[in-house]
Amino acid sequence: MYEIEIHNLCKNFGKTPALDNLNLVVKKNEFYGLIGPDGAGKTTLMRIITSLLLPDSGYLKVAGLDPGKDYRELRLKLGYMPGKFALYQDLSIEENLTFFATVFGTTVKENYNLIKSIYSQIEPFKNRRAGKLSGGMKQKLALSCALVHKPEILILDEPTTGVDAVSRREFWEMLNEIKSHGITIVVSTPYLEEAALCDNIALMNKGKIISSGSPEEISSTFPEDLFIVETKYIPQTLKVLRQFPNLINVNSFGHSLHLVLKKNTVQTKEIVDFIENKGISNIKVKKGKPEIEDSFIYFSSSNL
Amino acid sequence: MNRFTGFLKKEFLHIFRDLRTMMILFLIPVLLVLIFGFVIKNEIKDAKIAILDLSRDNASKSISSRLSASEDIIVTEYLSSYSQIEEQFQKNLVKAIVIFENNFAENLVRENKANVQIILDASDPNTASLLNSYVSVIINNFISEKFSLNKTIPLEIEPRMWFNEEQSSSYMYVPGTMALILMVITALMSSVSIVREKEMGTMEILLISPLKPYQIVLGKLAPYAVLSVINAVSIILVGYFIFNIPILGSWFTLILVNFIFITMALSLGLLISTLTNRQETAMFISVFVLLLPTMLLSGFIFPLENMPNFLQYLSYIVPAKYYLNAIKSIMLKGQGILYSWKEISVLIGMTILLIGLSIKKFKIRLE
Repeated sequence: MYEIEIHNLCKNFGKTPALDNLNLVVKKNEFYGLIGPDGAGKTTLMRIITSLLLPDSGYLKVAGLDPGKDYRELRLKLGYMPGKFALYQDLSIEENLTFFATVFGTTVKENYNLIKSIYSQIEPFKNRRAGKLSGGMKQKLALSCALVHKPEILILDEPTTGVDAVSRREFWEMLNEIKSHGITIVVSTPYLEEAALCDNIALMNKGKIISSGSPEEISSTFPEDLFIVETKYIPQTLKVLRQFPNLINVNSFGHSLHLVLKKNTVQTKEIVDFIENKGISNIKVKKGKPEIEDSFIYFSSSNL
Repeated sequence: MNRFTGFLKKEFLHIFRDLRTMMILFLIPVLLVLIFGFVIKNEIKDAKIAILDLSRDNASKSISSRLSASEDIIVTEYLSSYSQIEEQFQKNLVKAIVIFENNFAENLVRENKANVQIILDASDPNTASLLNSYVSVIINNFISEKFSLNKTIPLEIEPRMWFNEEQSSSYMYVPGTMALILMVITALMSSVSIVREKEMGTMEILLISPLKPYQIVLGKLAPYAVLSVINAVSIILVGYFIFNIPILGSWFTLILVNFIFITMALSLGLLISTLTNRQETAMFISVFVLLLPTMLLSGFIFPLENMPNFLQYLSYIVPAKYYLNAIKSIMLKGQGILYSWKEISVLIGMTILLIGLSIKKFKIRLE
């Protein structure tokens, strides 16, 4: 039994397709990530799951319910954190939390153990207005508010966007703790490196899921050879490698370059020779395991 | 605490925490009433005039003293020659100058006819014509009393201004300001407060919460309904105690009509909030669709009878017009609710129509 089940889902805004024939399943108590850039359709998909939007066509079941018909019942089981920390800026931390608890027919006390680890971090500032909080604190408050009624499914739309790196790492730890309470979590993010922290992910681009599965599965389904080129002269080497015969793609990844070539056609030695012939020395080339970003770049260009 | 009261509490917190909202709610209404009541006036008060008395006889002196005894007129100077007239007006010292011809009393007795000239500063035409009639009335009264000159005039016209004997303009402006303020507070503020939730993204959470749509709407509108009734009552009190506007009809009826008007304005605000997702747009619609017609087409400032037909027809859809007619007949004429049944039914009809439209347009989802 799946917690979320989606088949052939389509949604258009006017003539622009926002979601194009989407298929997706999320198991109970799974930590599921929707990964993709802005405009990939992540928010639209989440709004359809939360019953805030209706799909044009396709099959959709969330917690065994149809978001089109049974939205009232379904909405009780959902915790939802929209994209831009939807909090009341003029209310204090405590007032925000109490308000959402009341509206969902519960009290802060009742589910305090669920939010304790998160809320205790901001509780010392509970009389501060939400508008005056830092990004990390807003994020923690928004998460507490979404959790306060003990939802079955927690849906988080880009919770880490606009938050510093330290808070982001803390946030993912918090999500793992929430998962231990038996809650299913669906989270969207534009940061590809966060994908590895999820149980299963779907890579999304332009309204389509271009690949899905666990992060390891996605890496292992990478169909071509990936070479990691280490050099001091990144821009020059990148320029040289763009002329490599039968190149699929090459991208810079911080201090190295990732070169994708047709499987089993080229040896590392050939790459070293090719670069050195162009006058760049002192380079290291080795075969590498593809990261999520490699998969994303590969699948989004091969899907066009 | 149950869901709905929790929601109401939050709404009141929004209102009490925002300085701008508080000013619009509690400072501006009082200011507006006072400004309209004291500053903008159609009546003459303390108008300065000068007198050039070339005759200096009993009749002209008595008239002069009557003029200076009048509450509304101040005689600032007695001139001695025509040459001073120009200067008085140029320096804006007086609004009018009354001139008695030579041998004024003598002419009156002998020829049954004497000349008085009133020269007015007509750069402000309203004041000029009002002042003209004030002065004329005082002079005519005196002459008809003392000299019984109306033998030739078979009947005497004595106009009386009923329901507003003193022709006080605050009788007009206070009800008008009430219409304006109630419209602003209820429609503008409530629509903006709903649209703000959409803009902040909190509407998404409210929608997926177990709150029913009618609870969200009621919770949003109720605080403004309460505050508007408070405002309406305080404006009536200001009018009653400061501007001495009579309330001849029953207070209950007056408040009932106000309540109907407030409900109408709230449903208008609700409809506006369903039309847009941006606070600026909601404000813009409120100002242009509600404020201007309320000021210009309700009969509040400009009499509707003098407008071109097109605007007169347009005024039929301006709710404030019906509201003003109804409360004026209650306050000034002491009529009961049945007398204004037409106005009240139109307002109730508008409310039902607006609520119907809003329900049809209110979304339980995002599009």
